[in-house]
Amino acid sequence: MSSLQWNLTRQGTCWPRGDKGGRVVIFQRETESKGESEEVGDTGDSGEYNVYSTFQSHEPDFDYLKSLEIEEKINKIRWLPQQNAAHFLLSTNDKTIKLWKVSERDKRPEGYNLKDEEGRLKDISTITSLQVPVLKPTDLMVEVRPRRVFANGHTYHVNSISVNSDGETYLSADDLRINMWHLGITDRSFNIVDIKPANMEDLTEVITAAEFHPHHCHLFVYSSSKGTLRLCDMRASALCDKHTKLFEEPEDPGSRSFFSEIISSVSDVKFSHSGRYLLTRDYLTAKVWDLNMDKGPVETYQVHEYLRSKLCSLYENDCIFDKFECVWNSSDSVIMTGAYNSFFRMFDRETGRGVTLEAWRESSKPRAVLRTRRVYTGGKRRRGDVGVDSLDFTKKILHMAWHPSENIIAIAATNNLYIFQDRVNPETQTQ
Amino acid sequence: MFPKGTKRKFSDSGEEPVSSSDQGQAASSAAAARTLSSSYSLQRQSLLDMSLIKLQLCHMLVEPNLCRSVLIANTVRQIQEEMTQDGTWQIMTQALAAAQCPADRLVATEVLCRQTDAAAQAGQSPKPFSGDVETEVTMSTLSPVSPQLSSASYLAGPFGEQVFGTFEIKHPAPPPDPALEELFSDVDPSYYDLDTVLTGMQSAPKMGPYDLLESLSSHGPTALSSSSSCRSDLNELDHIMEIIVGS
Repeated sequence: MSSLQWNLTRQGTCWPRGDKGGRVVIFQRETESKGESEEVGDTGDSGEYNVYSTFQSHEPDFDYLKSLEIEEKINKIRWLPQQNAAHFLLSTNDKTIKLWKVSERDKRPEGYNLKDEEGRLKDISTITSLQVPVLKPTDLMVEVRPRRVFANGHTYHVNSISVNSDGETYLSADDLRINMWHLGITDRSFNIVDIKPANMEDLTEVITAAEFHPHHCHLFVYSSSKGTLRLCDMRASALCDKHTKLFEEPEDPGSRSFFSEIISSVSDVKFSHSGRYLLTRDYLTAKVWDLNMDKGPVETYQVHEYLRSKLCSLYENDCIFDKFECVWNSSDSVIMTGAYNSFFRMFDRETGRGVTLEAWRESSKPRAVLRTRRVYTGGKRRRGDVGVDSLDFTKKILHMAWHPSENIIAIAATNNLYIFQDRVNPETQTQ
Repeated sequence: MFPKGTKRKFSDSGEEPVSSSDQGQAASSAAAARTLSSSYSLQRQSLLDMSLIKLQLCHMLVEPNLCRSVLIANTVRQIQEEMTQDGTWQIMTQALAAAQCPADRLVATEVLCRQTDAAAQAGQSPKPFSGDVETEVTMSTLSPVSPQLSSASYLAGPFGEQVFGTFEIKHPAPPPDPALEELFSDVDPSYYDLDTVLTGMQSAPKMGPYDLLESLSSHGPTALSSSSSCRSDLNELDHIMEIIVGS
């Protein structure tokens, strides 16, 4: 599983799941009416999710010029804001971005004058009267059609796509460049950031993630492998190589090691829904930055500080290069990110407290309440604590998504997708 | 956490000037070296070796990852800078120059990079490492993974030269490895030529480092065998080798 994102539709809620095979799976929440429900705000849903649609987004490709295979693995998916009955989503593999239209058909016109029920042309001489075709309900059919293919825009691997608030443009970022596209134009894109050095030998920094501001269509941010964030304003110049603001935390000389740079590399960056804050994830922490303050983060959350003494082993087995995502809840009061051993962490920004939860089938039955977990790092050992050395580093929670308005989260764990719902507060209290 | 049983030939020799106090020239670097604990320099050396191996393996990944390569290369640079300040880098490269590197070690990269361009650059000094570096640079521009930053292309500067040399250190000094020589004796050099590379035979460039890697695992540090990522790479390469040999 490589990318998750929630959307909100009139019927229910669905989100796509891009997996290694280049397939996108859209799930939808099943709704059932519970006439006698007394709970306020209960939508009456059973909490069950079914596959709404699945389609092959990308196929394996071959770059003949460079003799390179291009994997069909989908790196990112993004829904577009809904404008009509159909849903649109962008999906990207390493090189090519595609726009898909997901539409439903539950009606069918019947009673044509010139065609019969099977679509065959009628013999005109047999027609004696005219009728108006009517729409009759049929079984729901979900159609997914590719509408645009945005190809040949990237030399390096695409790591991010982000839809602009104007609803017309989007950006795609690879390791060294960021391009801006118009959703309607596939043969042209504008390069807005280029950090490729003239001499590749001088390369020391790459782009790791990028996102448009949720409200200001001229602002976007991109993160780097050196732990910096750059806010760029497209009104300033056509090529935004010069940032408007540079966000960087000064290094703590006391904790410097050979791994300092690697663990400072930002794996994900997300604007808050308010547009005021940025959330970033590096190897050991999640940080909240105020756009008005570039000297350092305003909040730092330790995700798994107990791994700091294990950095060399994690470098050896490559885990140190794992890219964890991070998400905001709908009211920006809670942030969430993944960890190892199928654990994921949630932090309440008001109290600063964090909780560890587990996405693991064996230990949670459907509808059971998730219990909090703990990694034992000293002091009194409680039952259920997991020792640092017993953590399973192959079970990593890299991808996750939080519903845009409800307290429902989707967690991708290896080959499983988990959905958790807050029964106590299903709707987030908006401020 | 750190590999055990690693041969520390050159960091040991790096420490030797410390004991022989009548070496005026070595005294200044020795003073710096002395301030380092031997376990720290051992760890640092081990990290350097591990990083170089990772960079080499970057070429062979199914999905070459530029970010990862850049981060590893930066780590190597950082270590090199620190070692240069300590003076231990000088010691290491001097020892390297003094040591007789077996010629067959160079065969690996030469076979990898046997391109027509390499012949044009043969006018370069016959020094083993610059030769390696030039051919590696050629390989990086012609190899299928050229859009991704190959470690060689930015190890190719003076940094690259020494780092590359350092990588060679991992193989113990003479005698030449009969196993390695045997491996290359029946390899057809034309197999690695430009056409083969450009028609997408990615397995070709992989062969060289694979064999190098094999020799590493037979004499080299146990770091390699303890690295699960290296092992999985080797398994994949086993599979690739079967296919090549089978065809």
